[in-house]
Formats: sequence, C-alpha cells, structure tokens
Amino acid sequence: MGHLMLPDLMVVAQVSAGTTLIQTLTKALALGAVYVMMGLGFVIIFKATQVLNFAAGGLSMAGAMFMSILVADRGLPFLPFDNPLAFSDDPSVPAWFLNLAFALILAAILGLVIERLAIRPMIGQPLFAMAVITLGVEIALGPFNRDATALEGRRLEVPWGAEAWSLGEAQIPKSYVAAIIFALVAGAIVFVFYQSRFGVAMRAVAFDQEAAMAQGINVARVFAIAWALGIALSALAGIAYGMAPFPPGGSVSQEIHPILAFRVLPVIVLGGLDSVKGVLYGGFLIALAEVFSGQYFARWTDVLGPGYSTVVPYIVMLIVLVIRPFGLFGTPEIRRV
Amino acid sequence: MRGRPLLRTSYEQDAAMLPTSFQRGAMGLFVLALVLATLKIPPFSSIPAFFLGSTWINPMTNMMALGIAAIGFTILVGYTGQVSIGHAFFMGVGAYTAVTLGSQDGDGFQACVPFHEQLGLLEEAGQCGMGLPMWIWLPASGIMAALVGVLVSPAAVKVRGLYLALATIGLVFIGLHLGRMLPEYAGDFESGRRWPELQFRLWKEETPLVDMAEDGKWFGFLQLSEEQKQLFFMMALVVIFAILAKNLIRSRTGRALQAIRDRDIAAEVMGVPEFKYKLIGFAISSFYAGIGGALWASFNGRVSPVNFSLLLSVDFIAILLIGGAGSLLGTALGTVFVELTPEVVKRGTEWLGEQINGNGPMSWIANVLLTEGSGDFGPISLSPASPGWPMSVFLWNFVIFGLLIVIFMIFEPQGLYGIWLRFRNYWKRWPFSY
Repeated sequence: MGHLMLPDLMVVAQVSAGTTLIQTLTKALALGAVYVMMGLGFVIIFKATQVLNFAAGGLSMAGAMFMSILVADRGLPFLPFDNPLAFSDDPSVPAWFLNLAFALILAAILGLVIERLAIRPMIGQPLFAMAVITLGVEIALGPFNRDATALEGRRLEVPWGAEAWSLGEAQIPKSYVAAIIFALVAGAIVFVFYQSRFGVAMRAVAFDQEAAMAQGINVARVFAIAWALGIALSALAGIAYGMAPFPPGGSVSQEIHPILAFRVLPVIVLGGLDSVKGVLYGGFLIALAEVFSGQYFARWTDVLGPGYSTVVPYIVMLIVLVIRPFGLFGTPEIRRV
Repeated sequence: MRGRPLLRTSYEQDAAMLPTSFQRGAMGLFVLALVLATLKIPPFSSIPAFFLGSTWINPMTNMMALGIAAIGFTILVGYTGQVSIGHAFFMGVGAYTAVTLGSQDGDGFQACVPFHEQLGLLEEAGQCGMGLPMWIWLPASGIMAALVGVLVSPAAVKVRGLYLALATIGLVFIGLHLGRMLPEYAGDFESGRRWPELQFRLWKEETPLVDMAEDGKWFGFLQLSEEQKQLFFMMALVVIFAILAKNLIRSRTGRALQAIRDRDIAAEVMGVPEFKYKLIGFAISSFYAGIGGALWASFNGRVSPVNFSLLLSVDFIAILLIGGAGSLLGTALGTVFVELTPEVVKRGTEWLGEQINGNGPMSWIANVLLTEGSGDFGPISLSPASPGWPMSVFLWNFVIFGLLIVIFMIFEPQGLYGIWLRFRNYWKRWPFSY
C-alpha cells in the first residue's frame, strides 16, 4: 500500500546465477553512467566556481522536460511555435539525437541565465551562502517541473524504446548501453575540454581566482562556461535517466527525477568534490554497491525495509566523510594553525 | 555615558537579557498590552479577536511548534557555526519517540501490528504506543533526540563546513528509510499515523487534568476554544525555550560555542575544548528539534515519515537566513515570515478571486493574475491541483519560497534582523548620518 516502489529490476527466479550477474552488472554500469554524468555536472561547477550545485536535480529535470517538449509535444519550450527539428512520424535515431543536442543547448542557456542572475552577484561570499542560493533555485524550479510532468510523467520518445539485446538468457536493454555510451562520450568531452586552452583557464580559476584574473583570464566567462557545461551534463543525465528501464515505463517522472541530485551527492563525496577522475570511479563504485546490494540482499528485504538499496550510497558517504572527508581523489583540506 | 550604543561598563550590563532601555520598554508595553487584552479593556480586547479568530490561529500554532525547533537550529548553525541540513531528522526522532511513548492507540508495546498486515484498519493497526502522559513523552522526545545527536556528533565533529552539510543530508535520507523500514513505529509510509493529543494527565486516568483537545474554561474565567488552548500552550513553551536559549547564549557555554563559530582553531588555543562544545551544541540543538518535532506532529495530528524530508530542513535554513543568522530575534522574525507568508499568499489569492467580478483597480489586478477555468493569461489558477500552465497557489508558494531564499541571500545576507538593525541605527543617530 503506497510504498514508494523503486525502479528495481527484480530478476525473476529460475534464472542462472551467471545471467543474474550479467544483468545486475549491466544495470549497475548503466546507473553508474547516469551518476557519472550528473557528477561531472556537479564537479565542473564546483571546480570552477566553488558552488555545490543543489539545483542540479531541478535543472536536470528541466533539461529532460525540454527534450520531452521537443520530441513528444513537437513544440519549443516557452514558445508557441512548432519544433522545426521534430521528426514527422517515425522516431528516427538521427533526428532524436539532433533534438537531444538542441535540448542540451536549451538547458545550457537555462544554466547561463541562472548563473548570471543568482550566482554571479554572490562571487566571494561564503561557500555555504552560494550552496543555499542553489537550494533556493531548486525549490523555485520544482513546481514548474512538477506541474509540467503531472502525475503520469512525460515521454521522451526514445527511438529504441524498451528494446533489449539478449546475451544468452540475459536481457541487456539498449537504453543501458546508450547511457553508458553517453557517459563515456561526456567523460571524453570533459577530458578534452580540460586539456584545451579554455580548460586550462578553468583550472587556473579553480586554483586561485585572483591570480587567474591577474593573468588576464576572464573569470566571469569561465564561470558562465562552467555553468553552461555543467547544466548541459546534468540535463544529459536527466534524459538518460528517463529512458525505458530506469523508470519502468520510460518517462520523466516527478517520483525519481527531482531527487537525482541528492542521490549523486555520495558519488561526488566518494570521488572528491573537485576531481573529475574521482567522479568516474565514484559513480561506478556507488552504483555497483547500490545495485548489487539491491540484487543480492533481496532475501533480507523484510529486515532491511523496501528500497533499502537507495540508502546504501548514503551509508557509504557517511563512512567516507568520517574516514577520508576529501574522498578518493579530492584535494585534502589543510588546516593552517 | 548614557545614550551611547554598545558601551558596556560592567559584565552584568553585557550579559543582561534586555540590555537597552528601549528593549525593556518594549517588553513592558508588550506585557501591559497582554494584561489589558486579557482583562477585556476596549481597544486591546480586539487584538485577540484578530489573532485568535479561526483564520490565523492554526498557522500561528504551527509556527510556534516549528519556532521551538528553529531556536535549536539557530543554536547549532547561528551560534556554533555547524551547518546542518539534518534538522528534520532530529525532529523526526523526537516525534516518533513521542508517538511511541504517548499514543493511546495500542495497548502497550505488544499491540504493534504493521499496517499492511491488516489493510483498512487504519486507526487500530500499525500503531503502537504505551499511552504514557504528556509530562513523560514531551521531555523524553527531546532527550531521545539529544541522545541521537550525541551519537551522531563524533562523526559530525570530524567533518566541517560544506562536508558537514553533506553528511547531514545523508542523515535525512537514512531517517526517511528508517520510516519505511519500521512501519510498527511510523505507520504507513504515505499516510502516517495518529499522534497523541495535547492533554495533561497525571497517569493513565480517564479524564485529563488539562485537556487541550476540547473547548473549555481555564482558571475558571477564561473561556477558550480548542485551538486557542493549543496556541497558548505552544506560546508558553516558546517563551520558556526562548528564555532558556537566551540564557544559554549569554553563559559560559554560549560564549564557548560562539568562539568555535568565529574561529575554531583560535577557540582551541584559548582553551575551549572544541569536541566537547560541538557535542554540547549538537545535543542542545537536537533537544530543541525533538521537542519541536513532537509538538508539531501532535498538533498536526497525523504525520507520515515523508513530512520529515529535506524540505523541512530547508525550511529551517530559510528561517535562519531570512531572519538573520546568529540572533534569537532574527529567528523569531524568520519563523513568522517563512511560516506565515504562504498563508498570506493563499488568503490574498482567495480575496483577489472574490474581487474578480467587481470593478476598479483590484478587479483589474485580479484579472491579470488569476485564471478561472482555462484559456486565460493569468499565471495563478484558482482551481486547485490542476496540471498544466496556470499553476495553483500551492505550487506558486514553493516558487515564492525559493525566490525569497535567493533574493534574501543576494540582497540582504543579514536577513530581516539586518534590516531592523539598519533601521534602528538610523533612528538612533538621527539626525546625524554617522
């Protein structure tokens, strides 16, 4: 009665152990991929601007909403026009990806607007003040998302739907593979970006804002780019998380999307708040812990409570915070006495 | 010497509860107005009619209960400087201690039946309580929360700043899961369970000594309704807890907490044991949260674990920041502002909705802002809970709440208390500008 059913892929009995292992592993890797994309969005913003972006959940959901408006409603967000990129009848893969890019650009613009209005005036303020600003943004965005998704959620018109490849007995949903590919591409783009001239500027700003400014780096522009990129990555994570087997029907739903940002906090804590490499490790490790505990401790659900696997990341996070607060690859905080 | 602000010539002056004559005068006038209102002397007797009418009384009582928890939050965040987003968790601990000890639904510990085993029997099943009187469950809820706070604090002392905020977010989610895990205590995860009513009993006798769930007379002459009794009870508790907090802050412990807030290393060098005082800060703040949570839950009657989510914690952050961190007056202002603004917006919209068919400027504003049915431009929908673009007032209140946090952080980081300080200092120096 009313228990929050979590989108767990409950593997039926009479499946061989190997099949279960393969399916669980795929699921863990796919969830890890979503975490990685979301975490990259966090870390890019935190590295450049020292803002812990609690609004990532709302913004990623807004990005997924844009996608849904583009492909399902065939309109443009905020505008009463038709989407010129909308495919006519058949959801073809290239058209979907074209719309995906368009949605990400829209999300990036939303990120720019929020950065300009809410974050830029706060530069130099305490870290907590900026984090609270993003909390305020998250709360202010929430109703728009909730209102637009309504109770039944919004479709993303993913061209491959809920199809799956079979590997022996194991079913491997195409969406899982797609999410992993998205994450790898996103990770590669971020790595290349950090090697570029602009990425070097971003790292310099992260290291010391004033020194970077003295070297002629346009810090305001670095902030803007970091927010645009970070929000686009969050939106990508939101869209990937709306694909078929994550929420069983495959939709942007107000049940699971708004808390996505808070589910990723353990990932960035484990990886280290300011480490891109840490996100890659943290995302997959946390997802493995979550999915494997959900699969293999299922017989103790009576004791652990329904949906216990979603709490595992937070327990990991608390342990990490106590033992090694700066995470696996983060910069240790030095107390000068 | 007189008239110079901030000039303190003795320790007693510095530690005084009401240090300036203005504050003493304001408090005196307030008490006088209360007495005159109680004695039904004409202009003052209309004050209770406004505040104690059925319109505002429930939001105000709610506000009082949350105010107690907000005082605890100010002690932890405003005075000790430990940023916590886990206040809702400690409120939950207090509330569930209260319901376990105080609920009369079950028959001792043995009557606990998980809700889903007896579908439909909402009141009988899924509840367990020992039926103890309020003078046990109310302090016990605070003490239990404080104990949990002490248990958590060794971990919390190790992490600082933003990391502490992250750790306490984890606490909230673990608390939510505990609510799902233990239906014997929490009832159904969505619909929750019933809390004990606010009634004073000596022990488990039939008629309570003081019944705050029924209309009746107090002290032989005060004819009060149920809501008024609850409001007065909460108000008395708020006053008691505010005085206790004020006392704490001006004492040795309070100074130690503030020293840690201002610079933890410097405090340690000066001989303030950091660990001990952070632990004390956590314990006291959790105690307040527990009491506040228990009162809030029993005032609302039916509460589910979902209510103790991150949003409740964010409420307190908003109270602290909008009111002004590091002052009890700011906490009071923030609580009133944050808790009553949604109510004002809701009632304002209802009032506008009545104006829509008249003429004059108000009806024009109503026509622009409101939407009846569909197809209109107005952003506020009058029909509740309809999905689609014109959003209901309920949703708009969240937007306003979020925007208020952002606007206050950007334009007035000192909060309402800062506005008051500037206003006061301007008139203190008037007509000189410096």
